[in-house]
Amino acid sequence: MNTPWTPPYLPQGTVYGTLLNFRRELALWAPRMTEAPYKAPPQAPVLYIKTANTFTPSGHAIALPHNVVEVDVGASIGLVAGEGGRVAGAVLFNDVAIPHQSYYRPPVKFRCVDGFLGVGRDAVPFDALGGFDGLASLTLELRVHGVLKQTVALADLVRDAATLWADVNAFQTMRSGDVLMLGTDCLNDGTRPRAKAGDAVEITAAGFHPLVNHFSEEQT
Amino acid sequence: MKRARIAWAGAVHDAVEAHGQLELLTPAFKGRRVSFDEVIWLPPLAPEPRARTVLALGLNYADHAKELAFKAPEEPLAFVKGEASLTGHRAFTVRPDGVQFMHYECELAVVIGKPAKRVKKADALQYVAGYTVANDYAIRDYLENWYRPNLKVKNRDTCTPIGPWLVDATDVTDPMNLALKTTVNGQVTQQGNTKDMIFDVPTLIEYFSGFMTLMPGDLILTGTPDGVVDCEPGDVIVTEIDGIGALTNTITAQRPA
Repeated sequence: MNTPWTPPYLPQGTVYGTLLNFRRELALWAPRMTEAPYKAPPQAPVLYIKTANTFTPSGHAIALPHNVVEVDVGASIGLVAGEGGRVAGAVLFNDVAIPHQSYYRPPVKFRCVDGFLGVGRDAVPFDALGGFDGLASLTLELRVHGVLKQTVALADLVRDAATLWADVNAFQTMRSGDVLMLGTDCLNDGTRPRAKAGDAVEITAAGFHPLVNHFSEEQT
Repeated sequence: MKRARIAWAGAVHDAVEAHGQLELLTPAFKGRRVSFDEVIWLPPLAPEPRARTVLALGLNYADHAKELAFKAPEEPLAFVKGEASLTGHRAFTVRPDGVQFMHYECELAVVIGKPAKRVKKADALQYVAGYTVANDYAIRDYLENWYRPNLKVKNRDTCTPIGPWLVDATDVTDPMNLALKTTVNGQVTQQGNTKDMIFDVPTLIEYFSGFMTLMPGDLILTGTPDGVVDCEPGDVIVTEIDGIGALTNTITAQRPA
């Protein structure tokens, strides 16, 4: 092997996720956005945090809490901050959530459950991906037991990666090691692909090691 | 013991309070005492090998919930903050240009001391390393009803002063009976007591640890009572909790005048 072994990547900083950043989901939500409790479409990026207890390396199992039968799984790309406000690299993520219908209150109990973020093997240098321009043409695929469930095109982002990066950094500086995920797309009916105990979920994209996580029942 | 983390003489040091001074714990300077005015105060938290989880509560005092015209929540209204928003005692916090309503929030901050998973309320305080004071500023102009309170309101650079001290849990007899007070330029604007929390500290630890493992150094900011007012550049805000500390912060404009 020409490539020296490196330890698997795990985020060193805070990981942010972005809601409603794909055109399909934004369009599905648009008629409801002026209704209570939302009352207006979102102006700033809608963000949430994936706390460190959620990080699960590729190849490791993600346990479902005993009262949860199915979870949303979401293919996403995270931008890893380097020094000086630059993007240093990008990582594949499986952003797992307990399905929730309301986007009104912060989703801590739905998104910050132990293990609920599958983390790709490597942070791929941003230059190797062609930077922001390269990301724009990237496509992610999500498979459950080898069956293709979703194809996600980063061309379909509401805020493209460069715009999102700038808009978020305008009020909270991404420090070296912090990660900003670009969002997860929904299916045509507004739901997301689901996983249950026993499923293997694989997320792939050109230039990245496949991200594979099995889902299991929680050991009590 | 009251513990601090400071920058002094070109390096970062751990220190403890000793007779109105800071006694350094750094081996090279062990036992040396420096005055409060000689140092830069950092958040009183040791660096952690993984990203620190910073949990915060909204509407956790009955009076504040009423003030904001909401009914008291049936379960904790929790949100998460990034560590990058933390800053120390005697720091500057930036008020963005053109906003109408930026307010402090005096909060008891709980620092977790050992891994906590599915902890029962009765055991919860055993998992606390200590307590400090947080000022969880909010800029209400940016409030939106999407994952509210949204991060543009609550996760801004410089907008979470914390400190000055981490007070050992063993030195806090009853964390659920501590008076809180905020002054703006010396005038009292906010008063309360931790006994009026809707979800008390043991309940919060049981709630969070029910689905997420809390680790040493993780924080829970437990919410604020009634009495928030707008703060302008130049205002000096002191958020104080009996026996824990008085955290001073000065508002500054986004651009120098």
